[in-house]
Amino acid sequence: MIHFDQVSKRYQSGHEALRNVSFRLAAGEMAFLTGHSGAGKTTLLRLVALVERASRGQVLIGGQNLNRLAHRKIPYFRRNIGLVFQDHRLLPERTVFDNVALPLVIAGARHQEIARRVRAALDKVGLLGKERLHPLTLSGGEQQRVGIARAVVNKPPILLADEPTGNLDPELSREIMGLFGSFSNFGVTVLIATHDIELIQRMNTRTLVLSKGCLVDD
Amino acid sequence: MRAKATTPHFERGPRFQLRAWLLRHLQTLFSALGELTRSPLGTAMTAGVIGIALALPAGLYVFLDNVQAVGQNWDGKVEISLFLKDQIDDEAASRFALSLHKRSELRHVQLITRAEALEEYRQLSGFAEALNAFEQENPLPALVLVEPTLRYAQPEAIKGLVAELGRLPAVELAQFDLEWLQRLHAIIHTLKRGVVVLAALLALGVLLIVGNTIRLGIENRRAEIEIIQLVGATDAFIRRPFLYTGFCFGLLGALMAWLLVEGGLWLVRGPLAELASLYQANFLLASLGLRASLVLCLMGALLGLAGSWLAVRRHLRGIEVG
Ligand SMILES: Nc1ncnc2c1ncn2[C@@H]1O[C@H](COP(=O)(O)OP(=O)(O)OP(=O)(O)O)[C@@H](O)[C@H]1O
Ligand SMILES: [Mg+2]
Repeated sequence: MIHFDQVSKRYQSGHEALRNVSFRLAAGEMAFLTGHSGAGKTTLLRLVALVERASRGQVLIGGQNLNRLAHRKIPYFRRNIGLVFQDHRLLPERTVFDNVALPLVIAGARHQEIARRVRAALDKVGLLGKERLHPLTLSGGEQQRVGIARAVVNKPPILLADEPTGNLDPELSREIMGLFGSFSNFGVTVLIATHDIELIQRMNTRTLVLSKGCLVDD
Repeated sequence: MRAKATTPHFERGPRFQLRAWLLRHLQTLFSALGELTRSPLGTAMTAGVIGIALALPAGLYVFLDNVQAVGQNWDGKVEISLFLKDQIDDEAASRFALSLHKRSELRHVQLITRAEALEEYRQLSGFAEALNAFEQENPLPALVLVEPTLRYAQPEAIKGLVAELGRLPAVELAQFDLEWLQRLHAIIHTLKRGVVVLAALLALGVLLIVGNTIRLGIENRRAEIEIIQLVGATDAFIRRPFLYTGFCFGLLGALMAWLLVEGGLWLVRGPLAELASLYQANFLLASLGLRASLVLCLMGALLGLAGSWLAVRRHLRGIEVG
């Protein structure tokens, strides 16, 4: 589902954030992405979501070569990818419901369809009673789960998470990782960037290790 | 791509798509209106500035239209003076006046004989003594004052009528003070040009006002725009609310301008009617009218749309994620 072939990324500043990275991730597979700070984890995820384009090499997502994807098709491509951020990136002025509904609204889904799917997604993350609340009135863990509900609400085949447990306690972190695991059991390809070595070791899951932009362990 | 297979499929019949499209636009319109009511003071101020900018040319236009109407319907005040030839005596003069009565383009004929003319002149001029010297010889010609019907009182028609009357054998000179009318028309024409130039400048001002307001809106929602880009919003989706907001600003501004102009006219109407009655004129100050009002609203809305479009084009570029 995700295929990196000799991918390098050089930012405009001249810094080479990724060097000759190659790996494959099958559909429904889950993997962690780890490495020191500045190793290039976020950069790799940004290449998958087409926030950045590779400087060299090829990124293939579901067989689609991203180098050849026209600019105006990017929005439609992104609808296949659920994104979870460390800082949640929720819209503070909208309710939990509206935040989760966003991808469906953008895709032009029907009203009833939106209501049904948003409830299903909120149910999955255990926040069904909080749809009328505003994000800032929720705890950090709850906000993160709202972000996850938004990422999966339109059932994307790929789920990317950048340090989703960055500032959560171990108990909550395990819970959220478990949630990701259940998505991968349903066939979603999941890639999670994280520093949390302890958690990774306990999960016994495939782990990609980056160091200074190179993939050093798989 | 394989991803497509698991991508959610929403119902996509043509009728559904049309309905969804309409619904989406309506939703955006209402959310834009809601956004505007959320900061009523700021909205009122922006709409007020746009309103004043639009009211200025609209008001001037109405004013000039009214002045022009005065020139065209100077009802009953259009008078042609026919000075008769010296050799025409009183009897011939009254026969000539009678013949004029039969002309359909004239609605009023008044003969002033040489003696009456002298008498009137004596009273009006205060040169009674000097004129007494002419006791034997009256220097004033007989005069026939004619008033054309409304149709012939129009600036163009009256020119031909004056020339025609001047060619009559009894008439020495046919005189009509056209100049003031022509001058008035020339002045109005010039001023209307001026209004067009002013309107163009102020329209540019409206573009800038709306553009700047929208630019601020974009800056304020930068984070939000980035987020919805990341979850797959197209440029059109992101642009739409800003375009609707600009449209609403323009329309609100136009309504404000309409109120300002009509309010101004309402204030002036009473005193002006009094003034007109002093001149025995029956003059009604015309208001904007349906067509001009619609044009005003359309211009406002279009300017708002154009201003926001320029701002969106210029400032959304910078926020592009990816
Ligand atoms: N937009 C950018 N322009 C220039 N350089 C960048 C940009 N984004 C990241 N970098 C550089 O690329 C390198 C990799 O950054 P990246 O954010 O991918 O690291 P990371 O592994 O996610 O680190 P962290 O664990 O701290 O989040 C860093 O040295 C960073 O300074
Ligand atoms: Mg990072």
